[in-house]
Amino acid sequence: MASTIRVRAISNGEVTEVQALIQHPMDTGLVKDAKGDLIPAHFIQQLTFEHNGRTVFLADWGPAVARDPYVKFSFKGAAKGDDLKIAWVDNTGATDTMMAKIQ
Amino acid sequence: MRVRLLLQSGLAALALAIFIQPATAADTPDPAADAKAFRDYFVKKFPKVKLEDFVNGPYSLNEDMRRQWEEKEQFPPYEFALEAGKEMFATPFRNGKTYADCFPNGGIGIRQNYPYFDEKEGKVVTLELALNRCREANGEAPYSYVKDEMASLTAYMAFTSRGKPMDIKVPNDPRALAAYEDGKRYFYTRRGQLNFSCASCHVQSPGERIRAETLAPALGIMNALPIYRSEWSGMGTTSRRLVTCNSQTRAVPLDPQSDEYRDLEYFLSYMSNGLPISGPGARP
Amino acid sequence: MRILSNGWNMTLAAVLLIAGTMPARAASEADFKAAYAAAEAAEKEASALHNQWTTTEATLAAAKKSASAGDFDAALAAAKEAEALAKASIFQATSEKERWKDAVIR
Repeated sequence: MASTIRVRAISNGEVTEVQALIQHPMDTGLVKDAKGDLIPAHFIQQLTFEHNGRTVFLADWGPAVARDPYVKFSFKGAAKGDDLKIAWVDNTGATDTMMAKIQ
Repeated sequence: MRVRLLLQSGLAALALAIFIQPATAADTPDPAADAKAFRDYFVKKFPKVKLEDFVNGPYSLNEDMRRQWEEKEQFPPYEFALEAGKEMFATPFRNGKTYADCFPNGGIGIRQNYPYFDEKEGKVVTLELALNRCREANGEAPYSYVKDEMASLTAYMAFTSRGKPMDIKVPNDPRALAAYEDGKRYFYTRRGQLNFSCASCHVQSPGERIRAETLAPALGIMNALPIYRSEWSGMGTTSRRLVTCNSQTRAVPLDPQSDEYRDLEYFLSYMSNGLPISGPGARP
Repeated sequence: MRILSNGWNMTLAAVLLIAGTMPARAASEADFKAAYAAAEAAEKEASALHNQWTTTEATLAAAKKSASAGDFDAALAAAKEAEALAKASIFQATSEKERWKDAVIR
């Protein structure tokens, strides 16, 4: 199954800029479907980016984040060719992870 | 004396008649002249905007929005729909045929030719209509014109045409000219309880706000479709946009792909001839 | 102050005030049905012109809802409003038939 995480990490030598697009419905649990039943809440609760075992970005999310979230941030201390690990956990306990190379 | 008076008044009446021209448009539509006037209007209204940039809608008129959009385009929100569309396009129907069999050049790089006037049928055919006809001709159920599948398919086809200039033809056929004129009439006609025409927003007020949205210019407006709208949290077809524009003015929408919508798409696309396809697009 | 001190005038004023704010009699189902039929006919004409308004549809639905709940005063008022909206949409369609040409970019 294809990963839900698309990521691009580019280092300029000193600063690494990371962009990620995650495929996730991020349902709030407050919306009703065509029949009038509530669509159950289904959203990412935690998103982490790790470099060399160190967490460089941690997000505690809730239903206020929109569908297919996009994240962009920068961090120092990485070099071209290093690995970046991305993982998320949602409120149903589902997870996905991805490894990306810093370009 | 009397004859001279009569002659003078006759000449005066003739002179008057020559000067009084009808205020309305000529009887035979002249699409080329309309398109030139349309383009000139927007170029004059926004002298700092490059002609090809009008296809980027509000981003061509608002610096802050443009900056945010350019940043997002590095990792665009329509990426998932685009990939889904590519996969759908390549997947054969149950009878073994594919979409490529229905379209010229295998359906690649042809979006800029739609809509076109089908001389045999005597009607305008849009890309969405052609796609569903392809499905039905091959024993598949048609897709809803306002849901994700059609949006993904048209997103992929638009992507293969990115950068190509819009190239709509209005043949010198009275039926084609009538369809073109019908689309033009629809565009400029006020409707809904809010009494807006398409022109009210997209000709009179581009760059200005309607509640929290910045309005796009009508020039190039078809070139970015289908669009990922943040408001929709997803991809939407041309049909969906026309339907929601109607309901937003408190007009009961027509059925998707009804004659008037097809004609409207025909007219508006022709107005943007020469401008590059920028779809699939992303909008607020 | 002379009016207030005059009991007869005050009663008259009160009666006139009440008469002005209440309908002469409560609306009957028949009143509603007639008004609704008129509104529906107008909306049908608007539909033939491809120019229905969403608010007309919503008001017609509200009228029907009030009627089925037995509130014929509200139902009648809504039916009358729906007819007015439908007629306005017909006027819009007929006048726009020619007026659209004035808006064309030349």
